[in-house]
Amino acid sequence: MSETAIRPKLVASSAGDRLRKAAPLLLAPVMALAGLIAIADPATWLTLTVAGLAMGLMIFIMASGLTVVFGLMDVINFGHGAFVSVGAFVGFTVLAWLTGWTENPAVMMNLAAVFLAILASMAVTGVLGLAFERVIVAPVYGHHLKQILVTMGGLIVAQQLIHVVWGPDAIHVARPQTLRGSVIVFDAVIEKYRLFAVAIGLVLFLGMRHVLKSTKVGLLVRAGVENGEMVEALGYRIRRLFLVVFMVGSALAGLGGVMWGLYNETITAHMGSELMVLVFIVVIIGGLGSIEGCFIGALLVGLLSNYMTFLAPKVALVSTIALMVGVLMWRPEGLYPVVKAK
Amino acid sequence: MIDRLLSGDRPNSRPLALVLIAIALALAFAPFLFPGTKSLDTAARICIFIVLVASYDLLLGYTGIVSFAHTMFFGIGAYGVALSLSALGASFTAIVVGVLGGTAVAAALALAIGLFSLRVKAIFFAMVTLAVASAFAVLVSQLSTITGGEDGLTYRIPRVLTPAYKLLDMRILDVRIDGRLLAYYLVFVSALVLFLGLLRVVNSPFGRTLKAVRDNAFRAEAIGYRVIWYRTAATVLSASVAALAGALLAIWIRYTGPATTLSMEIMIDILLMVVIGGMGTMYGAVIGATLFILAQTYLQSLMGAAEHATAMLPLIPDLVAPERWLMWLGVLFIVSVYFFPDGVVGRLRSRG
Repeated sequence: MSETAIRPKLVASSAGDRLRKAAPLLLAPVMALAGLIAIADPATWLTLTVAGLAMGLMIFIMASGLTVVFGLMDVINFGHGAFVSVGAFVGFTVLAWLTGWTENPAVMMNLAAVFLAILASMAVTGVLGLAFERVIVAPVYGHHLKQILVTMGGLIVAQQLIHVVWGPDAIHVARPQTLRGSVIVFDAVIEKYRLFAVAIGLVLFLGMRHVLKSTKVGLLVRAGVENGEMVEALGYRIRRLFLVVFMVGSALAGLGGVMWGLYNETITAHMGSELMVLVFIVVIIGGLGSIEGCFIGALLVGLLSNYMTFLAPKVALVSTIALMVGVLMWRPEGLYPVVKAK
Repeated sequence: MIDRLLSGDRPNSRPLALVLIAIALALAFAPFLFPGTKSLDTAARICIFIVLVASYDLLLGYTGIVSFAHTMFFGIGAYGVALSLSALGASFTAIVVGVLGGTAVAAALALAIGLFSLRVKAIFFAMVTLAVASAFAVLVSQLSTITGGEDGLTYRIPRVLTPAYKLLDMRILDVRIDGRLLAYYLVFVSALVLFLGLLRVVNSPFGRTLKAVRDNAFRAEAIGYRVIWYRTAATVLSASVAALAGALLAIWIRYTGPATTLSMEIMIDILLMVVIGGMGTMYGAVIGATLFILAQTYLQSLMGAAEHATAMLPLIPDLVAPERWLMWLGVLFIVSVYFFPDGVVGRLRSRG
């Protein structure tokens, strides 16, 4: 009697559990499929999908640092957008110095110039992240309210300093020769730069996953997200780990800034704070603290906003809000909630 | 009498009381004390922002919730009046319709956002409101057929409230008694009533519960208060008052656009006013708004002078130029959150 009562229950729950775990993974393909049905024209759809993936991956690069920082130390950085802007401006400056390389048709020269620009901006934003953490965030650990206020203040100051250094106007950024123009695949026009952005984004995501899943530092970070006190009790200095993560997160935001600047070909001091809206939506959709959730959320947001810009341009940003609302109705803590106890 | 009006929440410090009385008297007699269009405009703005900042303090200081959507509610109130004045013509009926409509929309939206995002974590709320508010601002500038887009709406208000209308055919203290004066007193009296109303709210049992929620939500829940209900109620109340302040602004400046009501810059201004004045005290809103708007109006010309004076030196003129005003505010903001979290009011109270 009792056996028959237990057995079906076990089977049902394990299947449901598996489905529940896998369900978020299906969201991005489902979204792409829905886009195909709504747009009807496969060539347009392919163009938009590549654009959406490129946008999503760039947002993922910016958002990943924010979400891990939150997961690890319960710190939410409203000034994260400042790193995006600073990164874009530093990248622009380096590219402007290397005009000889970017105007040269040789592929390697172009890639080297972009690589140097990315390296420089990551270095600058990494150091900036260190300063930001020490000066602005460190004194207000544990106070969410003060954190929000103080990091917001830091964002304002950083934006104004960009005005002081680079002037208040929007600046045009020229892409290097090789990354200009587009290729035609299956009748669809695809900008070369978008493919480049997708490639960099995927490499970074896989690299990040590798570091988090198969290295000791990654293990410590994941353990710290789950239970920071225990990691500390086992003898690891979680504060130092956190500082490193904060710096890496800031550097990634800087990288995202360079890539976004090349994508849009215009940069302004406010670009970071404008992008933060999308970054926050992505982080919320993914679940605070989760890298995988952040990745899926970024793809969803990128695809949806590109499809909507085509279908109904006026409501593009509102549609991402609707997406967020929908996801939160389904899972109130985001797709993969990591930070449960805090 | 005065004690009843202030809901028993006295300033509790002699210098603070003096400053508050001075501000109240200056605003009450502003048209006669400081004649001139610019100073009257500044006085009306101070009145409106006192209400706006006080309603934000109800959230930030009393309930411990950070919202970035306060300008959205402010804008909804302003656009409510602007749209109904444009559609129905310049009448008081249109103003009433606009005020009621705008406030109702703001309250409903606040209820939706609150029920939806206050359930999980307070920090969620900050992020959700930031996203919703910027989407709303984009939507308003996109729907240009209804809202006038970036240009905004210009409309006429009832003639009784315009300078063309003469109430008395004489001057008092050399000031013309015209419709503009009436409009100022409409703003002043509404602001005063709203402020005293908020003061009443925060000193009621409801307000005390909000403080309990702020200080320890877990304990408040354990005692038996539904925390989510109190947080949502505070959000709705503060959104409604913000919408009313927006309606006052729409009537006063006879123009409503994204830059004057919805921009992120105004949100930052509000944050600064709350923090400088002092979080968690309604009087902080009075002091913060007055100081900030006076500084915004008159200090920038001073910075321009400083820029000229230091024109010979490298980099410094760039740093003190009037356009860099926001940067120094940012620095001031960080410093005051660290070192004076209680703001001017907290300082004055601890000394007295």
